[in-house]
Amino acid sequence: MYNGGKIILGIVIFLALAAFPFYGDIGKANVTPEPNLDTPEIRKLEEKKCVEPEEFMKAEHMSLLNKWRDLAVRDETTVYVASDGESYNISLQNTCMRCHSNKKEFCDKCHEYAGVSPYCWDCHLAPKEGK
Amino acid sequence: MAKKPTPEELSKINYSLPYTGWMYNPVEFKDGMFCNASKPESLNTVDFPNARKWSVKDEDWNLPENWKEIVLEAMKERLEKYRSFRLFMDICVRCGACADKCHFFLGTGDPKNMPVLRAELIRSVYRRYFTKSGQMLGNLAGGRELTLDVLKEWWYYFYQCSECRRCSVFCPYGIDQAEITMIGREILNLLGLNIEWIAGPVANCFMKGNHLGLEPHTIKSNFEFMIDDIEEITGVKVDPSFNRKGAEVLFVAPSGDMFGDPGTYTCMGYMMLFHEIGLDYTWSTYASEGGNFGFFTSNEMAKRLNSKIYAEAQRLGVKWIIGGECGHMWRVMHQYMDTWNGPADFLEVPVSPITGTKFENAGSTKMIHIAEFTADLIKHGKLNLDPSRNDHLKVTFHDSCNTSRGMGILDEPRYVIKNVCNNFHEMPEDTIREKTFCCGSGSGLNASENMELRLRGGFPRANAVKHVQQHHGVNMLANICAIDRAALPPLMNYWVPGVDVAGMHELVANALVMKGEKERTQDMRLEDLPEKEGAEDV
Amino acid sequence: MGALFSLAAVLLLSLVAYVGVELIGMRSFFGIVIPYVAVLTIIVGVVYRVITWGKSPVPFAISTSCGQQKSLPWINQSKLDNPSTTSGVIGRMALEILLFRSLFRNNTSELREGRLAYSSGKWLWLAALAFHWTFLIVLIRHMRFFANPSPAFVSALESLDGFLQIGAPRLFLTGAILLVAVSYLLYRRLAVRTVRYISLAADYFPLFLIIAIATTGILMRYFIKVDIVSVKELTMGLIGFSPVIPEGIGVIFYIHVFLVSTLFVYFPFSKLVHAGGVFLSPTRNLANDSRMKRHINPWNYPVKLHPYEEYEDDFREKMENAGIPVEIPSAKAPAAAESESGNETNDAEIPVGEE
Repeated sequence: MYNGGKIILGIVIFLALAAFPFYGDIGKANVTPEPNLDTPEIRKLEEKKCVEPEEFMKAEHMSLLNKWRDLAVRDETTVYVASDGESYNISLQNTCMRCHSNKKEFCDKCHEYAGVSPYCWDCHLAPKEGK
Repeated sequence: MAKKPTPEELSKINYSLPYTGWMYNPVEFKDGMFCNASKPESLNTVDFPNARKWSVKDEDWNLPENWKEIVLEAMKERLEKYRSFRLFMDICVRCGACADKCHFFLGTGDPKNMPVLRAELIRSVYRRYFTKSGQMLGNLAGGRELTLDVLKEWWYYFYQCSECRRCSVFCPYGIDQAEITMIGREILNLLGLNIEWIAGPVANCFMKGNHLGLEPHTIKSNFEFMIDDIEEITGVKVDPSFNRKGAEVLFVAPSGDMFGDPGTYTCMGYMMLFHEIGLDYTWSTYASEGGNFGFFTSNEMAKRLNSKIYAEAQRLGVKWIIGGECGHMWRVMHQYMDTWNGPADFLEVPVSPITGTKFENAGSTKMIHIAEFTADLIKHGKLNLDPSRNDHLKVTFHDSCNTSRGMGILDEPRYVIKNVCNNFHEMPEDTIREKTFCCGSGSGLNASENMELRLRGGFPRANAVKHVQQHHGVNMLANICAIDRAALPPLMNYWVPGVDVAGMHELVANALVMKGEKERTQDMRLEDLPEKEGAEDV
Repeated sequence: MGALFSLAAVLLLSLVAYVGVELIGMRSFFGIVIPYVAVLTIIVGVVYRVITWGKSPVPFAISTSCGQQKSLPWINQSKLDNPSTTSGVIGRMALEILLFRSLFRNNTSELREGRLAYSSGKWLWLAALAFHWTFLIVLIRHMRFFANPSPAFVSALESLDGFLQIGAPRLFLTGAILLVAVSYLLYRRLAVRTVRYISLAADYFPLFLIIAIATTGILMRYFIKVDIVSVKELTMGLIGFSPVIPEGIGVIFYIHVFLVSTLFVYFPFSKLVHAGGVFLSPTRNLANDSRMKRHINPWNYPVKLHPYEEYEDDFREKMENAGIPVEIPSAKAPAAAESESGNETNDAEIPVGEE
C-alpha cells in the first residue's frame, strides 16, 4: 500500500498553496504609489512642511493621529506642540485634511497598496472630492 | 527477585532524573527487570541466526564480527519497507505527551521507559547514520554512534516495552512505540538477541502448534479433564471434536486456555456455550495456538506461525473461523493475518447459524471474535442466562491493550458481562477502553525472572483495580486475554489481594443455563455457590 | 545546554543580518538572495521529504483504534476515533490536524501516597493549538505584502484580528497570542523535568527562532516602524521576479526576513516536517477495516513453514492413539509417509533464513 495518488494530490495542493503569492503577479509592473501633495492649500504654502518632518510622518502618522484622538477626546486638549515648537489645532478634519484635501490621492493610495484599512472614517467625515 | 520488595516499598517510585543527559548514561542491567537470554536450540528450531549460548550479564554477547553492519543494513531495509518506521523516526517533536502514559515509566520511573526516549534510543542512531544533519553535526543534531553499549540499551528497553500502543493514543502524530519496538526487536533477532520466554514458545509453536508445546494427545487429555469438570458442575457432557473435517467452524483459542487456571475455566466456557447452541465446530491440534509470540520476534516469524490458521481451515474444509479470548492474537488476526496469509477465498463470510447474523465486519478475514459471536447470541435471546449465579462476584473489566487499541472491541465484552453478571463496575475512565493500562507482562514479557518489572509495569492497572475494590468491593477482574489470565493473578495477589481473575466466558459459563443441566451448586472453579436467598430467579 | 546553544545561535543569526545590512550594506543579499534561496529550499525540501516517505509502503493496516470498532449493527461505533470508512478517516484526520484531537486526550499522572492519580492536562493542547493557529493566521495576514491589491480575505482577517482597535496601528491579537503561546511552550520545555530531559538542541532552536521572528515582527509593527510601502515594493519585486531594494527600509526588517528565511531552510530538514508527516501517519490515516478488506503488503514474500503434513509425521501415532483423525493412517503407509516428510520439497520453494 503506497497511496501514491493521494500523496501526489497532497503535494499538488501544497505547491498550489505555496505558489499562492505568485498567481497573477509574475511580470506585473511593480508600481509603487506616491502620495499626491498637489492640492490648492499646499500650493498656497510658502514653506511646504507638515506638522512633523516627512520621515517621521511616513512611519508614525498613525501613532500621531491616535495620540491626537486621545488628546482631543479624552483629555480635552486641542493644541499640539510640534517638535519644532509650532502649535497646531488638533483636528483631523480641520488641520490634516485642510492641506491634504485629496484623501483618495493622498491617504487611500498607500493604504490600499499596503492593505491597510484605518477606521478614521468610521466617525469622521471624509472630505468631499470630485473624481 | 532475590529479595521481594513489599508493595509499600515498590510503590515508592523514584521519578527523579539523572543530571547527565540520557545519551551519556550507559544502560544498567537491574535484576528482576529483564528476561533470560534465548537458548541456541530455540533459535535453531526456527533457523534464526547466531544461535549460541549467551547470558545477558556477560560482557561479551558473542555477536558476529560485522554486527554493526548487520544492524545498519537492517535499519536501512526497514526504513524502505515501513513508512511507519521512517515517519516515526522523522516527525517526533518531543512534546512529551507520551512520557507519563507508559505503564513501565509510571511503574519504574526510569526515564528511558518514557516512550519518547525509548524511541530516541534508536532514533539517535537513525539521525547519526541516515540523516545529513546527524552525519555532519553528530551529537549536536541528536545523533549517536552505534556502540555495543547502545545495542545493549536497545535490548534492555525493547524488552521493557509491551507493545501496548497506549503512547500512540496520546501522540499528536500517532507515533506508535509498539511499531518501533517491533522493528527494534526484529533487528536484535538478526544478531540472535531474543529472550528465551519468547524464543522457546516460538519454537514450540512452530513445531507443535502451540506455545506451550502441548502435543496432540496432551491437548486431548487436558480437554478430557475439563470435560469431566463440566459434567461434575452441570451434569452435561460436552463432546468437542479435534481436527474434524467438514465442521462448519474452526475454533482457535490461545493455548494458555487449554492448560492452566484460570484459563481452563474460560476454555470450559467456550465448550459449554458451543455445546448448548449446538454449533458444528472443531478444534485443531495443529492450529492450536491463537496467540503468536512470533509477533514479538519478527514480522517473518509471526507470519510463519500465523499461516497455520488458514492452512488448517482450508485442510479441514470449514466455512469460517471463530477466535477465542486473547489480546495480541486479535491484533494479529485483525490487522495482519489477511495481509500475510490471505486472501481466505476458500472460506465464507461468517454467518451465525443460530441467529442468522452475517458478520460483514469480517467479510474478508472470515474470522470473528467470540465476544462478537456471544454478544450477538445474547442480543437475539438465544441463550438462557441466570446472572444471579455470578452474584458472589463483583466484576470489573480489564480491556486488553491489543483488542482495545489494535481493534476496538470495547462494548461487545461489556455487553456480554453485563448480561451474565449483576454486579459490574467500571474502573476509572483514564484506565479503561482505549486508555487501558497493560497488565505489565504483554508482548512475551510474562516470565518469572523479570517479576519486578512485571509488578512495576502492572502497577497502574493494579492501582485502578484497587480503586474499584475499595469503592465497590470488586473481587473479580474479568478480561478477554490469555496473557492477562496468566499475568494478572500474581499482580493482583501482590498489589490488590482479594481480587481474582477470570476470562469472560468463565462468567458466561457460570450463568449459562444448559438444557438438561442439574441444579448448579458450584461455579466453574468447583467452588460452592453461596446459598441463594429467596431463590426465584429465572 | 541545548537551550543555551540554540539561544546563542538565534542571537548570532540576528547579529549576522544586522552586521550584513547595517555595517556592510549587503541589502540585496539579505533582501533578495536569501529569501529566494529560503523559499526554494522549503518547497523543494518538503516535497522531497514527502516523496521519501511515500516511497516506503505501508505494509500493514496498523490503525490505532481509539474507540469502539464497527461490528454488530446495534453496537455504536466510534466513527471518528475508530473509523472504518474513508469519510470517517477524513473526519478523524481533520480533527487531528485542525484541532489536535489526540493531544486533547492528554492527562497528567501523579503519585500520591503510593497511588497514581490522573487529572486533566490540557495546557499543552491549548498552547499548541493557539500557537499553530495564530502562526497560520499571521502567515496569511502577510499575504497583504504579496498581492496588489491585498486580497479581500486578508483584509477581512485583519479587521477580525484587530477588532479590539487598540492603538494605531491596531493591535493584532494573533501576534500577541503567538508570542505568548510559543513562550509557554519554551517555558514548559524548560520547567517540566521530563520534557527538559528529553529535549535536544533541535527542540529549542525552532522555539527561540520563532520567538525572535515574532518579536522582530511586533517591534517592526508597533515600535521601530519601517516604511511599509517600501517593504511592499520589495516583496512585490520578489514575487514578480524583478527584485528591487527600495531605499530606507530599517535594518529590523532585514533581521526579520533573515530569521524567517532561516526557519524556511531549517523546516524540511528538521522535526518541523511533522506538518507534512502528520498526514501520512499510518496509525491515524487508515480505516480500521482490515477484517472487511484485505490490506496488501507489496513486499509480502513466501516464508518457511511447518506444514500440517510434517506435523502429522511427527505425531501420527500419538494422534491415532488419542483418537484424533489423521490424513495418512500409519497402518497403511508408514514408510512412505516417513520418507516423503516434506523437508526438501518445502525448503526448495522458500528463501533460506531470516529476510
